[in-house]
Amino acid sequence: MAVPVLKQGDYLIASIQSVLSDADLLLLRDKLSGSVGEFRSRGVIIDVTVLDVIDSFATRTLRAIAHMLKLRGAETVIVGIQPDVAFAMVELGLTLEGVGTALDLEEGLAYLDTTLGTKKTMQNPGHGK
Amino acid sequence: MKKKSPRKIEPLTSSSTKQRADYSDPLLRELVAHLRQNRTQLREEWARRITDAQLLTAMSKEEIFSEATSVYDNYVEVLETGSVEALQAYARNLSERIIPRGVETHEVLGIVLLLRDVLARSLFKKYQTDFDLLNRVLDSYEPAANRIANTVGVSFVQERERVIRQQQEAIRELSTPVLQVRERLLILPIIGVIDAHRARQLTEQLLRGIRGNRAKVVVVDITGVPTIDQTVANHLVKTVEASRLMGASVIITGLSAEIAQTLVTIGVDLSKMNAVGDLQGGIEEAERLLGYKVISTPESPASASKETAA
Repeated sequence: MAVPVLKQGDYLIASIQSVLSDADLLLLRDKLSGSVGEFRSRGVIIDVTVLDVIDSFATRTLRAIAHMLKLRGAETVIVGIQPDVAFAMVELGLTLEGVGTALDLEEGLAYLDTTLGTKKTMQNPGHGK
Repeated sequence: MKKKSPRKIEPLTSSSTKQRADYSDPLLRELVAHLRQNRTQLREEWARRITDAQLLTAMSKEEIFSEATSVYDNYVEVLETGSVEALQAYARNLSERIIPRGVETHEVLGIVLLLRDVLARSLFKKYQTDFDLLNRVLDSYEPAANRIANTVGVSFVQERERVIRQQQEAIRELSTPVLQVRERLLILPIIGVIDAHRARQLTEQLLRGIRGNRAKVVVVDITGVPTIDQTVANHLVKTVEASRLMGASVIITGLSAEIAQTLVTIGVDLSKMNAVGDLQGGIEEAERLLGYKVISTPESPASASKETAA
């Protein structure tokens, strides 16, 4: 199933809706690297909230996407990794080094704002609670 | 070991009891009638022997006597019906009452074996003229008595293990609090030895806490942990990484010299670990990360601190 990619200002949001096959992931990679160029995006958020399993291929692909997009001029952040998934990944040694992570979409946007310096001050930590 | 061996024996004795009970039913009935008849005298004899042997010292004489009566009646009932369920329930109930008073396993086994002995002696006395009959009576009595002793012993040990399990659970529940001290800031104070099970539980609680409280920074304080082994150290590092995947950074505080050494020995990548000397320092560092600033207000006499978001 294809992943919808939404444009939101300077950012792109890829919100994964269902379990992805390996081919879907590669499609996502190509689509994102294309879109980043097309929209001149500075940040990309990949929302994996619905995924119950993130295997080694998915981790490798996500990392590859992040590094690739970096080369294309955009910062990537993965959001919504579930507690069980997070621990399972670490157990398997899949730690997504060098890739930004955040709790959810909102945090991801805040992360990009801080990293890219779009907003000069950090968001109020109490905001949105 | 304690738990297994009686279980292994149990089916053996119970099947043999059944056979004998069928075979020498009239004998068993006669036996039960004899025990009923001499109830008062045998019961007193038993209670006296318990006191002599200095068993159940935690209980008063009256208590011993009243429990002895119940056990005696249950005992006779088991001999009569061959069903140990009522006795089992009673033994559990008794154990529940006496375990908190510090009664030991050897005492419980001791009193049951004493009763067995008291009853056997009374049988010897009754049938001393007819050796053959005595033999047959004992044939039907012994397996049933063994089974009873077994049941009471197993019930006691089971009850005891249940209590221990319950307490362990309670300790575990208490042992991993995840506390929010500021918006987006959690602390996880750990006290006592961490074993593999506790480490796993700790990680689980922490990750759920991060999601539940939308935390960005977590301070894990291990001042109260004397030492950790390599497995647990590895687990700790994994917890830090898993927290990062969920978008929270972890600050570890209060690492003792031994633990620091363990971490170095297993070659932990220190770039991933954010360690601060003590809890105060850790919280200050976390506040800095979150953009909090603590300002003391001069007008307050106790110079209490007031926090404002930066």
